Amino acid sequence: MVEWTDFERTTISSIFASLDYNDVGPKALCRCLIVYPWTQRYFGAYGNLYNPAAIKSNPLIAAHGVKVMHGLDRAVKNMDDIKATYAELSVLHSEKLHVDRDNFRLLADCLTIVIAAKMGSAFTCDVQAALQKFVAVVKCLWEEFNGTLLPEVLSVSTVALYYSHVNKCMNKKLKKKCAYFRFY
Amino acid sequence: MSLSAKDKATVKDFWAKVSGKADTLGADALFRMLTVYPQTKTYFAHWKDLSATSPQVKKHGKTVMGGVSDAVATIDDLTGGLVSLSELHAFTLRVDPSNFKLLSHCIMVVFAGNFPGEFTPEVHLCMDKFMQALARALSEKYR
Repeated sequence: MVEWTDFERTTISSIFASLDYNDVGPKALCRCLIVYPWTQRYFGAYGNLYNPAAIKSNPLIAAHGVKVMHGLDRAVKNMDDIKATYAELSVLHSEKLHVDRDNFRLLADCLTIVIAAKMGSAFTCDVQAALQKFVAVVKCLWEEFNGTLLPEVLSVSTVALYYSHVNKCMNKKLKKKCAYFRFY
Repeated sequence: MSLSAKDKATVKDFWAKVSGKADTLGADALFRMLTVYPQTKTYFAHWKDLSATSPQVKKHGKTVMGGVSDAVATIDDLTGGLVSLSELHAFTLRVDPSNFKLLSHCIMVVFAGNFPGEFTPEVHLCMDKFMQALARALSEKYR
């Protein structure tokens, strides 16, 4: 279980209370899809993502950005039991959506930058540290799938076995879109 | 993920806007990295003062941004332009290259905080690519 200081609790609550989810959510998701274009792989059914202008004006992406913020809001309201709060979402992201763990960090980094732009000088180092801790806890969305499995510290053969397992789990549609996984 | 001509132009253009405040931005970014990613403090164990007002942190932030400025000037040949810095980081400082990402993220955060209008997603993309290319050039001499 994560231990939160009073400063961290107050900071996280006040950051999210000050945010307009309808504004920040779309901005953070769009930034992620633009700055890290490979994350678009999960949004094949979301219409036109051809260029930054298309991404920014895509209503499905905007709606999903708002959804993501409301998802994070659940963690803000249940900071002492984020793992249980995210149990269902965790299974969804790992078993159905097959989101690469590192992509949560990329989206979290983009959200941090959008919040920094909003808050300006009020986004001090201590505030950033509290937010960083909070978004790092969101990685428990991945832990449901593989516990404490850390592919980067396992041997090459075990990593190959891990990815071949992921490959088998993926549905045919995603397999066709992702040539990378054909390697395994 | 190499830099296109358009990426290089965007980087130079944005750097021209921020370079006036580079010293304070560098100090802020460095202190943020030390606070948000405390494991990075291990590289500065020889400094007595790691606070925001520390003259050593401020001076080193200025040094780091000076390096970034040199990189912008030699953007067409980052590997060649950063040879001596790469040797310094590889043989003397021996900073694990994974830490370059952490400082780079903190630099992006200070850009966003100080230039919210100019640091659009398109500019962020180019600056992120540039910082990754810079980190790769810095890691060139490691092995």
